[in-house]
Amino acid sequence: MWSRIVSRLFTSLVVAWASVTATFLALHALPGRIQDILAGDVEYPGLREAIAAEWGLDRSLPEQYVEFLSRILRGDFGTSYVLRQPVIEVVGSQLLPTVELALTAGVLAIVIAGFIALLTAGRGRFSRELTSFVELVFASTPVFWLGILLLMAFSFNLRWFPVSGAEGWNSLVLPAITLALPTAGLLTQVLREAMEKTLDQPFVTTVRSRGVGELVIRWRHVLRHALLPAVTLGGWLIGGLLGGAVITEKVFGRPGLGTVTLGAVLTHDVPVVLTVVLLAAFIHVAASTLLDILYVLIDPRLRAQ
Amino acid sequence: MTAPSHRSFDTAVPLEAPQDLVGFEASHSLAAIAVRRRLPFGLVLSFVFVAFLIAASIAPSLFTHFDPLVGDFSEGLKPPGWAHLFGTDRLGRDVFARTVFGTRYSLLIGFGGVAVGLGAGIVLGIIAGQRNRILDEAVSRLFDMLSSFPGVLLAMLIVTFLGQGMLNIAIAVGIAGIPKFGRVVRAQTQLIRDADYVTQAAIYGLSRWQVFIRHVLPNVLVAIPIIATVYIGSTILIVSGLSFLGLGPQPPTPEWGVMLAESRDVLRVAWWPGVFPGLAITATVIAFSVIGNHLQQRFEGRLA
Repeated sequence: MWSRIVSRLFTSLVVAWASVTATFLALHALPGRIQDILAGDVEYPGLREAIAAEWGLDRSLPEQYVEFLSRILRGDFGTSYVLRQPVIEVVGSQLLPTVELALTAGVLAIVIAGFIALLTAGRGRFSRELTSFVELVFASTPVFWLGILLLMAFSFNLRWFPVSGAEGWNSLVLPAITLALPTAGLLTQVLREAMEKTLDQPFVTTVRSRGVGELVIRWRHVLRHALLPAVTLGGWLIGGLLGGAVITEKVFGRPGLGTVTLGAVLTHDVPVVLTVVLLAAFIHVAASTLLDILYVLIDPRLRAQ
Repeated sequence: MTAPSHRSFDTAVPLEAPQDLVGFEASHSLAAIAVRRRLPFGLVLSFVFVAFLIAASIAPSLFTHFDPLVGDFSEGLKPPGWAHLFGTDRLGRDVFARTVFGTRYSLLIGFGGVAVGLGAGIVLGIIAGQRNRILDEAVSRLFDMLSSFPGVLLAMLIVTFLGQGMLNIAIAVGIAGIPKFGRVVRAQTQLIRDADYVTQAAIYGLSRWQVFIRHVLPNVLVAIPIIATVYIGSTILIVSGLSFLGLGPQPPTPEWGVMLAESRDVLRVAWWPGVFPGLAITATVIAFSVIGNHLQQRFEGRLA
């Protein structure tokens, strides 16, 4: 079991290192001087020299690379020359609303998916066809359009929720639902199919023959088995939530990482975009590693191997 | 990761028995074929819808006589009616005309993105699918690395480097999709590499290169259109998100994502500019998913 966990940790470190290296290589592979790429849409006297000094551009490529790696290990992501602020401050100050949104939406999506899958897996033809159609519709709906529809219905017509901003819990409701539903659509599909496969297994018949109620069978026995394929989606889920949060924030005019990133893309503020992307990759790698290890600990079949 | 299949469109189409010539006359209309083959209604509808999409992107003026770019200010924000099927936007432009003309942008960028991702994915996937553990490991880690970046954010980074625009978001979405395509191609390559007829060919004395060119490569490539169809829907979805953010085509281009971004300013007074383009995106994605899943189920295991 331990060798499995250690090798999983090692692979994740390699992937994280590879993503840092890839961004370094990409910066150097781009046409044009790195000073100009990093500066973005601003120009003030002494800027190029300052950038060259900060990134050590006069040194050899391997030296620059080692410096780049060690800076990232120290949590120093450089300076945004457009905003004239250290990147980590720019990103850090906007992290909370985005994490709040992504987490709420993630939990909501898991609850919705679990609930629907528990109730509909292996049921009659009609209810199954209906739910799979609804899942397909939600998985095919663009996040931002869903947001626009919800805004129209609940903010402009019913006036239940504010149109924009991030103050108070009621400004979180619509963005969280918006972000959760398309994710829930895909998650339900996977979870339901896994449950249907499990329901066909002989042990379910055994449990049923003991007179255990259907919902108890599903909750206590089937769901646990069906979680494995769903857990492998964990990394994808987190990546999707982070990416979707950017778009959702734009729809609802919510402050957060998305607004910062979008502004940075439009002003070509490379250090900021680079940091957001790298942080997202780290979060993704860390979370999926954690889930995989958690699963080795939970599932006795994986432990035995 | 393979796309989850949609059960309601389960369509185990039986192989056709040899055509008896008697029944042929009566059964060669498309509708008759659909009924005879017991194609589900949703699938037929999807095919018809996609046919309309393709027609609309080639010749949009067949469907509407309004100009998508020029509107009549006095006709601004008219609700849907006989004159304007989907109503008009703030500048008095016909929303139906804009939606129809927008088809080509979504399809073009979507197909472009799939082409870029699939092109790179085919090369890398085939390399990884060979019997070479070091190459396989290296390419697979490359896929892991690329897929550790959330797709939308990676695409945003690439747009920061390349600049906004249609071609650039197609490239960005394509690069973000490389691991997805590459893994599917790798799996397909391995499947064929280990198939009995390939082993046979090697036993007959063909060199490894000959086996690859004559047997492995063609059988990997026949699966490509199916893979493309399966992923075109999700690609269009990501593309529309990026153009909603303002990273793709710019106003006044009648692209669906751009139209929805513009509609946000008038939502308080008019619902129609914010509904119809979104409906077009969702219907397009659903239609392609249904067709893609049908093809995938129909050919599953038969290509090896």
